[in-house]
Amino acid sequence: MRTFALTLHVWRQKSAKDGGRFAEYKAPNVSEHMSFLEMLDVVNQDLIAKGDDPIAFDHDCREGICGMCGFMVNGSAHGPHRGTTVCQLHMRHFQDGEELWLEPWRSAAFPIVKDLAVDRSALDRIIAAGGFISVPTGSAVDGNATPVPKVDAELSMDAAACIGCGACVAMCPNASAALFTSAKIGHLGLLPQGQPERHDRALKMVAQANVEGFGHCTSVGECEAVCPKQIPITFIARMNRDFLDAVIHERPQSDRGGSG
Amino acid sequence: MDLDSRIPEGPIEKKWDTRRFDMKLVNPANKRKYTVIVVGSGLAGGAAAASMAELGYNVLNFCYQDSPRRAHSIAAQGGINAAKNYQNDGDSVWRLFYDTVKGGDYRAREANVYRLAQISVNIIDQCVAQGVPFAREYGGTLSNRSFGGAQVSRTFYARGQTGQQLLLGAYQALERQIGAGKVKMFPRTEMLDVVTVDGVARGIIARNLSTGKIEAYAADAVVLATGGYGNMFYLSTNAKGCSATAIWRAHKRGAYFANPCFTQIHPTCIPVAGEFQSKLTLMSESLRNDGRIWVPTKKGDERKPGDIPEAERDYYLERRYPAFGNLVPRDVASRAAKLCCDEGRGVGPGGRGVYLDFSDSIGRLGAGTIRERYGNLFDMYERITGEDPYTVPMRIYPAIHYTMGGLWVDYNLQSTIPGMFVGGEANFSDHGANRLGASALMQGLADGYFILPLTVGNYLAQTTGPKVDTTHAAFQDALKGVNATTSKLLGIKGKRTVDSFHRELGKLMWENCGMARNEAGLKDALQKIPALREEFWKNVTIPGVGAEMNQELEKAGRVADFLELAELFATDALERKESCGGHFREESHTPDGEALRDDDGYCYAAAWEYKGPKERQVLHKESLAFEHVHLTQRSYK
Repeated sequence: MRTFALTLHVWRQKSAKDGGRFAEYKAPNVSEHMSFLEMLDVVNQDLIAKGDDPIAFDHDCREGICGMCGFMVNGSAHGPHRGTTVCQLHMRHFQDGEELWLEPWRSAAFPIVKDLAVDRSALDRIIAAGGFISVPTGSAVDGNATPVPKVDAELSMDAAACIGCGACVAMCPNASAALFTSAKIGHLGLLPQGQPERHDRALKMVAQANVEGFGHCTSVGECEAVCPKQIPITFIARMNRDFLDAVIHERPQSDRGGSG
Repeated sequence: MDLDSRIPEGPIEKKWDTRRFDMKLVNPANKRKYTVIVVGSGLAGGAAAASMAELGYNVLNFCYQDSPRRAHSIAAQGGINAAKNYQNDGDSVWRLFYDTVKGGDYRAREANVYRLAQISVNIIDQCVAQGVPFAREYGGTLSNRSFGGAQVSRTFYARGQTGQQLLLGAYQALERQIGAGKVKMFPRTEMLDVVTVDGVARGIIARNLSTGKIEAYAADAVVLATGGYGNMFYLSTNAKGCSATAIWRAHKRGAYFANPCFTQIHPTCIPVAGEFQSKLTLMSESLRNDGRIWVPTKKGDERKPGDIPEAERDYYLERRYPAFGNLVPRDVASRAAKLCCDEGRGVGPGGRGVYLDFSDSIGRLGAGTIRERYGNLFDMYERITGEDPYTVPMRIYPAIHYTMGGLWVDYNLQSTIPGMFVGGEANFSDHGANRLGASALMQGLADGYFILPLTVGNYLAQTTGPKVDTTHAAFQDALKGVNATTSKLLGIKGKRTVDSFHRELGKLMWENCGMARNEAGLKDALQKIPALREEFWKNVTIPGVGAEMNQELEKAGRVADFLELAELFATDALERKESCGGHFREESHTPDGEALRDDDGYCYAAAWEYKGPKERQVLHKESLAFEHVHLTQRSYK
């Protein structure tokens, strides 16, 4: 088993209100079998033993699916390995003596909570604006009543794989949430069940992303490059099409009121 | 006290209909006058919060993660069972009911399991309508696969991310209600106590994990859906934040804790790589559809797997259980793997591993088909181990995965605290002593979408007491208690980190209360756990203060609870001298090494009552009657 030493420069910031700075730490005994977060666990145990404040970072499932973890490693969201969250990034990809710079996600829409942890609730509000199919519990028809072409179900699943980690926003020079937003619009818009609200969904979710302060998409493509689920930017094109379609075909709601 | 499970009268097929008809209703215009607290935002909690908000109740929903979309249900991989019989292979509600009772080794409540099987079909319909992108056939119909403990294909799936997709369905329904103002969401907020007024649950105390602020919340009913306690073992497939804290503190307020020793050890996890290991990663049970499990026939065989000829491989599950083969239930598969490794035939570093080999399937179906079915799992395996499972067999070993035990609930999912309901993995009700694969998602969603919204409503319709708010003395007392515990933890300033205690507890529990348990080991654990707990409260060190994000303080509270629960766990395991499902007592086995139940002595659910910090907990028994699935020795041969 290979072990080696690293130097870490970690962004330390007590809260959104305080200023931040880089602090340097040594990680002298890194095993190639550790995950990146396990490496940080060990650094933190040493910090606690010395009476220092450990580095705060978000994480939970540590198997790349919950989307809770994520920070910049040497300027790249989730680190250098493609299609991999930082919790699944293993140390065998690093060399002895490397210097690593760890920073939180950078976006005005993601205020810092502490150190490497940020507040991503803006993404939840985009979903709340229209990222759903309105089907109250109990009102569904039989699951096989509407056949869905396999190719559509698969494409929908490609988009639905989004874990909402925010790497796309963090890496985008415009801090745009276009890949995140389009993934939900694509997931639901590709299914027959998602059609009734398709236009409304595109209008409302895009509007909410603007309200939250995310930037616009200029097709740089950094988001796709760092997405741990490798969601392609073709979904952004699909979102733009839905949005345009919705603007052209927008129908005013009837103001006649209910029939009761 | 005799436990009243409040199972409806009448034939089993009609029980749920009977109960639904007998329930008291809240008039639609009155629902907005009630507030319900839901703790947890996974399949059970998220679905319950969304569904109750749709009905018109005001819901306060709490989760410790930064978003409700991250609850640990998201990590479930393989699938969800439903008795749809879309494959025309002989499935039915009755068969799913039968398989689940048998799979649970006859320690679940029949009436609950039957209801679960009935509701399973509605769940699939609901999820499809929400836009869950289940796998489909070319004709557009839903696909199915097989899971352990069943001989029909009734498992619905979305690649290897079924839990994620089902949770996102519930999360989207929840966000719709948050947008509509019917649910107020409290992310990054951890429940630290239940508040009871005159013995009835009326609210909770919770800590804001960003600011450290501890606050009280009042409601007309409380639902706990906070998952299982597998993290007591430190290394498990659970997310790092999963804990027993919510259910344990409710237990200390009067909710009985049932069958704590019923733990599921999942046979197919990636083996431990080193001392720094922080969690274990599951490889879905669905892999056993196409992977064959084997070890070398010779002890200490150090050859590479590809160099071991067919004749020198022992496909031990296929050999011992020809009828079910690699798809035996999890408890059986885990013990068989342990047995091979104990014999010295394990593979990989330390000899704690067995092969899960796809070469036959790749030869038969092609790598493309295997990639389509399990691609993300293979990628995950490769990322963690650095080995390519398309060319080298996976190495797997059992790990703690799920806890069948949990808070005792009646048929309405109400705990022994009136007004407090418990759903999903946090309760004990449906899986007996062993849960079948793809049944956790089914139970979480059955509880959340279809049971709790009705049974909580039935409760609310009958509440008569005056409304209380957080100025009530009970809330102020509970707040004081939580603040005092927090200050106490921060004030210890000892020498050992929280993690060092947690690792020590985990190791002790794995060795003495893991895959095989015996009287001497359990008694040893009962000596060591209190000593470790005592040391924790004298010698733990927590940096920082309470009024900020303090992840060490969060962990300390959870570990303090695990240190108490562990003792009850070992007590329960010692008390139950039989083997059943995941609870294997070495003193009780059949001549060929299978778990041997003692139905005369132990055909009950053990529900423990908390009596105080120094007192022994009191055991109450709920007798289990098997009128439909007759008690027999489980056989998968």
